[in-house]
Amino acid sequence: MNLRRIGTSLIAPAIGLFVSLAATAIILIVIGASVSTVFSSMWNYGTSPRAMSLMLNLATTYFLSALAVSIGFKMNLFNIGVNGQYVLGALAGAVVASNLTLPRIASVTITVLVAMIVGAAWAGIAAWLKVARGVSEVISTIMLNFIAIGIISYLIVRTSIGTETSLNVRGTKLIPESGMLRGVALLDPGTPIYGFFFISIVVGVGYWFLLNRTRFGFDLRATGKSATAARTSGVQSNRMIIVTMLLSGAVAGLVGLPYLLGETGTYSLQFPTDWGFTGIAIALLGRNNPLGIALGAILWAFLDISSGQLILEGVPREISTIMQGLIVIVVVISYEVVRRYQVKSEQTSVAKALEKQEATV
Amino acid sequence: MDQNALAVELAGIWKRFPGVIANSDINLKVTAGTVHAIVGENGAGKSTLMKILYGMQKADEGTISINGNELVFSSPADAIEAGIGMVHQHFMLADNFTVLENIVLGSEPKSGVKLDFAKARKQISDIAAENGLAVNPDILVSELGVGDRQRIEILKVLYRGARILILDEPTAVLVPHEVDELFNTLRDLKKEGLTVIFISHKLDEVLSIADEITVIRQGTTVGSVNPHTQQVSARDLAEMMVGNELPTPQSVGDTIREEVVLKVDNLSVFAKGGKAIVDDISFEIRAGEILGIAGVEGNGQAEILDALMGIEVSTGTVHFKAEDISNQSTRHRRELGIGFIPEDRQRQALLMEAPLWENRMLGHQTREPNSKGFLLNPRGAKADTKRIVAEYDVRTPSIDVLASALSGGNQQKLIVGREMSGDPKLLIAAHPTRGVDVGAQAAIWDHIRNARQAGLAVLLVSADLDELIGLSDTIKVLLRGKFVADADPATVTPQELGTAMTGAGKAA
Repeated sequence: MNLRRIGTSLIAPAIGLFVSLAATAIILIVIGASVSTVFSSMWNYGTSPRAMSLMLNLATTYFLSALAVSIGFKMNLFNIGVNGQYVLGALAGAVVASNLTLPRIASVTITVLVAMIVGAAWAGIAAWLKVARGVSEVISTIMLNFIAIGIISYLIVRTSIGTETSLNVRGTKLIPESGMLRGVALLDPGTPIYGFFFISIVVGVGYWFLLNRTRFGFDLRATGKSATAARTSGVQSNRMIIVTMLLSGAVAGLVGLPYLLGETGTYSLQFPTDWGFTGIAIALLGRNNPLGIALGAILWAFLDISSGQLILEGVPREISTIMQGLIVIVVVISYEVVRRYQVKSEQTSVAKALEKQEATV
Repeated sequence: MDQNALAVELAGIWKRFPGVIANSDINLKVTAGTVHAIVGENGAGKSTLMKILYGMQKADEGTISINGNELVFSSPADAIEAGIGMVHQHFMLADNFTVLENIVLGSEPKSGVKLDFAKARKQISDIAAENGLAVNPDILVSELGVGDRQRIEILKVLYRGARILILDEPTAVLVPHEVDELFNTLRDLKKEGLTVIFISHKLDEVLSIADEITVIRQGTTVGSVNPHTQQVSARDLAEMMVGNELPTPQSVGDTIREEVVLKVDNLSVFAKGGKAIVDDISFEIRAGEILGIAGVEGNGQAEILDALMGIEVSTGTVHFKAEDISNQSTRHRRELGIGFIPEDRQRQALLMEAPLWENRMLGHQTREPNSKGFLLNPRGAKADTKRIVAEYDVRTPSIDVLASALSGGNQQKLIVGREMSGDPKLLIAAHPTRGVDVGAQAAIWDHIRNARQAGLAVLLVSADLDELIGLSDTIKVLLRGKFVADADPATVTPQELGTAMTGAGKAA
């Protein structure tokens, strides 16, 4: 029964991938490109050591972002504010780290804690609004995203937090090398794999453990499956909303760090600000399951990284964005179809098993 | 009219759902101009059969003939076309519309683009006069009681030209004098040549109104009797329904102890507008005592239970043994040893899309064997789920299936087993055997009785008056949020209890 359940859950992403590849092929044909050259050139580039290193690094960021989103999703709480939470977390981390002269382990630990606390605090505003005022977290987190971006621009442009880091780019003071976590060159000598790649694996395992092996996780999942049943079972819904939102924000606070500590060393105005939305898409793809999210993040990163090849083939790189969008839509639809089928088929097989039992009695 | 003309004939009807065979080889003949009762236990397949006849579901096999013509219904519209009308158990009326508007809703009389209310009013008053259904067409439905609403539902189907009426458990929501009025209406309808199909499991009522009775057991028709020509008692019918000797809940001896387990003082629950749904009630339950609450559904039972569990906001004080738990959380109350079987099992007591063993944890997630400290103990929960499945005869191939894969009765058995686990001191139970088959019902009663022997206090709410009388040591009658009478289960009859539940004699 369980093997079958796993089997059917793999069908949805498989369908998603297949349909989006097929649709992309059709688009390529329509615009007059050679399907096989484009795909093979994406594949060849994407599997080179350098591209794979880049891919894993980007996937690390996506993975953390999707985890942050899915903690909320698990109890039907929609944290759309990962963007705001991680940019503020990364900025705070950058400011603190740039002023530390400690051994790497201490400096990085402090940076991580600061980023998580700031992310959690920012998410906490939305949680408080929801519990105390009944404001939908969807609305408040979206608004908080804009506010966060505004605050950051102000701080970097108008206050002494920002300096001229390079020509015409303002950002935080550079973090000393002892505060960075650049990682190890595993696949390609010139492109180390971020230290946060390994930290994110730990976070993923922690997420799984928290949800599946702790009482808190049970309460959280129960709330997501049936809020009324959870409440009757003794779960205090307001407390759950606050704790879950804080946790989601804390993980969100990590999202900017792989790039900050592995690459730039400064939070500048060019720091990407939309990884939170990517996280939502990947959380949907991965069905809030850490392994699924990991695979989704790698696939997404692969499409991002190898889309550079499209230009070389004379094809607009937006093709890869179309593919990503198609995958999400098709997977979400087929998940729902598969889920209904699973419930039905389980009912049928239970009935059959019982008939057999009855017959043998 | 031909005396023996068949208004409805169903032959060889089969209907399978995932998990159950709802109907197997149903054969039913309904003579025109009669009241034909269909009786069977909860879950015997009566409702499915009627949905098939009304076009809401399609039979897998079998034929439907109406007035001798074989027809195929693919939607209720086809059934209405054929002159069939259905009065649902749960009324489908718009509260903020008048009676007239409700009746014409969906088949409005038009002159051009304008609604022709004058014509409708005339038509309705004609139908009402013919059938003795007196209603004021201009009153808002929200101001009407249950009996009046039901009359409107009947008028609604008559207005659509129905000659064959299906009434799905019409008396479930009625108080005895309303039942009498309904039966008078049905006799009038019969006089007008209409055919009534009457679904019920209340056998006394069936015997008093039906011209013919068909019994359904486990999805199939097991026989028909004519109470006018055959000597048949309610007990005979009941035995046809369950297929064997009837169990009756029998209270055994006096197990009530000194210790007061639950003491409730001045408990009130208010609705949003400030109206008291539970109105200043006080009672206590001792160890080894079962206190039954009798009442027509919707008189505050669910709110009392939710308030006692700390789910509903309430005023007043609640003591569990010596501890004042009025302001304690639901979880704390559960941890003290209060088991809870809520009224709506799918909404309140189960995670439908979680495996059985996770459902075993629900409400007990902070206690052995489900958890140790902050960590869950899936192994312990699984082992204990297996115990419940065995002890309470939950029919399932495995404890890994989703709760939604089980039938309602088996879900209920799992819930009862779960709430009786962990040695509870107090069990708060609403309809503990609802939807459960007869054998399992007796087993659940035994479990409750044995636990009572060991000192369990029980607050029991049940719509099944026999169950209430058979199990309880004390019965209190709840009406509009207040206790209006006490009854001694040793002497009271279901009829007396039913009368008290409606406040008859008191209100008058």
